[in-house]
Amino acid sequence: MSVDYEALKKDRAQEWRENLRKSMPAKERTQIERAKMPENEPLIRNKNFNEVNKGLLEKQAIIEAKRCLDCPTPTCISGCPVNIDIPGFIKQIEKGNFLESAKVLKDTNALPAVCGRVCPQENQCESKCIYNKMKKPSVAIGYLERFASDYERNTGKVSIPEVAKSNNIKVAVIGSGPSGLTFAEEMCKLGYKVTIFEALHKFGGVLVYGIPEFRLPKKIVRAEINSLEKMGVKFVKNFIVGRSAGLDELKDQGFQGFFIGSGAGLPRFMNIPGENLVNIYSSNEYLTRINLMKAYKFPEYDTPIIRAKRVAVIGGGNTAMDSVRTAKRLGAEHAIIIYRRSEEEMPARIEEVHHAKEEGIEFLILTNPVEYIGDTEDKVKQIKVQKMELGEPDESGRRRPKPIPGSEYTIDIDIVIVGIGTSPNPLIPQTIKGLDVTRWGTLVVNEETLQTSIPYIFAGGDIVRGGATVILAMGDGKKAAESAHKYFINK
Amino acid sequence: MYKVVEKRVLSENVAKLIIENKTIAKNRKPGQFVIIKMGETGERIPLTIADSDTEKGTITIIVQKVGTSSHKLFNLNAGDHISDLVGPLGQPTKVENIGTVIAAGGGVGVAPLYPIAKAFKEAGNKLITILAARTKDLIILENEMKEFADEFMIMTDDGSYGKKGLITAGIEDVIKREKVDMVICLGPAIMMKFIALLTKKYNIHTIASLNTIMVDGTGMCGACRVTVGGKTKFVCVDGPEFNAHEVDFDGMLKRLNAYKKEEETSYSKYLKDLK
Repeated sequence: MSVDYEALKKDRAQEWRENLRKSMPAKERTQIERAKMPENEPLIRNKNFNEVNKGLLEKQAIIEAKRCLDCPTPTCISGCPVNIDIPGFIKQIEKGNFLESAKVLKDTNALPAVCGRVCPQENQCESKCIYNKMKKPSVAIGYLERFASDYERNTGKVSIPEVAKSNNIKVAVIGSGPSGLTFAEEMCKLGYKVTIFEALHKFGGVLVYGIPEFRLPKKIVRAEINSLEKMGVKFVKNFIVGRSAGLDELKDQGFQGFFIGSGAGLPRFMNIPGENLVNIYSSNEYLTRINLMKAYKFPEYDTPIIRAKRVAVIGGGNTAMDSVRTAKRLGAEHAIIIYRRSEEEMPARIEEVHHAKEEGIEFLILTNPVEYIGDTEDKVKQIKVQKMELGEPDESGRRRPKPIPGSEYTIDIDIVIVGIGTSPNPLIPQTIKGLDVTRWGTLVVNEETLQTSIPYIFAGGDIVRGGATVILAMGDGKKAAESAHKYFINK
Repeated sequence: MYKVVEKRVLSENVAKLIIENKTIAKNRKPGQFVIIKMGETGERIPLTIADSDTEKGTITIIVQKVGTSSHKLFNLNAGDHISDLVGPLGQPTKVENIGTVIAAGGGVGVAPLYPIAKAFKEAGNKLITILAARTKDLIILENEMKEFADEFMIMTDDGSYGKKGLITAGIEDVIKREKVDMVICLGPAIMMKFIALLTKKYNIHTIASLNTIMVDGTGMCGACRVTVGGKTKFVCVDGPEFNAHEVDFDGMLKRLNAYKKEEETSYSKYLKDLK
């Protein structure tokens, strides 16, 4: 995808935008302090599942929007995987046109209320903001994105994107996570008849089974899905493409194109002794039990979850943070992150690490488990860990952790949650013949077109990337839709 | 929503349910399972498919009430609906013609064994079927299994029906008598553990179909993991069938009991609410 700077220039040249720019000198704008996100109190919120961030107030949002300088060449857009017209939506907020702002967002982003909450803005749009050059905190693009889309949803005046006249071409989307939803919306806008097949009993993929309520309330995901339904996207749950019906069966039903967004699969473990002891979870299992199955409401809900005083979470990514903060909310006295590198190398969003610390999460960095020790019932009771030090940078650019010999010691623990990543879901490669797969189990795609080795099948998100973010998955969905459209035009 | 079209109570705690689901009926193969969830508050539980009717678009499952979810399922009647049903899941059984095969089933494990045994017979094997249960009332699908077996045997722990003794004794009798090329077993984990120990002694290839705790059942959560040949395997996507001689049954048994206390809490609450 490339940014259409010509179109942006034209929008920027509109009279109202010019007037708005003139209404306050740039120097004055840069003097405004970045908005502070209103949050729930750490020691209260760590006992419930309410959303941590409360969202900007209208007044705050307008002031924050004034900070945006409406640059002639907005670099922020290049930092966004779906190339949102960032100054475009922010200037609408400054003008007080919140509904218009939401519309601008929706032109390029199927799930703005989600992205405003879970994107790692500090590594994306906000990292490219002009304020960085002035050594000042960037415009709070994520907060503003969330503000505009929440405003729209809360007023009940949700705009449904325009849909082209139907071209009667049926396409199937496998998986209803962020990449699939984005692909579906883009194709639907272009006039395709889209059906999304979901294996689970709820739609949203990682947005519903993975990301906790306190970071992304499920009603927001539902609202986004409702608007896709209104556009005409069909949703089929409890259906596993490749098993419930094969590709050929779906082709017989008239589907001509496919998008695979089947997402993350099998949790990774470290293959150390004792890892299959009782009360050792993968993050996926722990979070799925709680988010999708509502085990935190056990026994009102039938799915159980073990609650305990001492919980260790292995890993330093967003999933690990979600797990450890969830464990705290389930009553853990000690909820501990064990991470083999230092805090600087943690892949989690800065805000999540910050929130975790506020909530009383303990961090044991430069430490790595080497063995789990069980009691007589095979329940984990201790972790043997070893201390690490940082060596030379590895291929990811982060300094490689090295074990310090003789530094092992044990920690008493009741529950361990392993959150060190996932391998791609094996169901699709197992059941669709002719798809090229890498040795890691991810699907091979043309990087430009996201086309798989079968020309009418496109793919994106974690099934291609192995493990990434919501917004990168969405970027894939968008890119795949563009190239699927080209494929059908040239067919 | 998926309609229950027929229910038959097989014994005090065991019922057979025939449920509408065209796609599963059409595409399921022996050895595969489904995940069922009942209502908003229900949990996702795996159940192996006993049979299907492609024309009517139905599948058959057999359920034994042991806890909240299985009891909820047992209490369904013809005309009721199940909110969520997905499948078929898992790798189908690798059916081949290898000679003489013992199909050994214990308790409700006999239900999923039925299509597997039938497939081995149809592939041209000599099929010796051995069913076992604690007592006579718990033997299910006797006539169905008998119909296509070359030899058929029943064992009960208390001797109330068939021969008295454990299933392993019945298997060992056959092994001592004639050459057995393969054993396929399905039932309680503890039973499969002892069958595996026995057949290992005689070096007979043995397949066990494992029924572990699952959440999603689609290769995502890892709740079902079990150690096989020293490696972590996932029953939902790598299995459910594995070389029984490589399965760490002790580890599996412990993991099956991981929620014992919670299951009791939930079940007593359920039974109280029923009243």
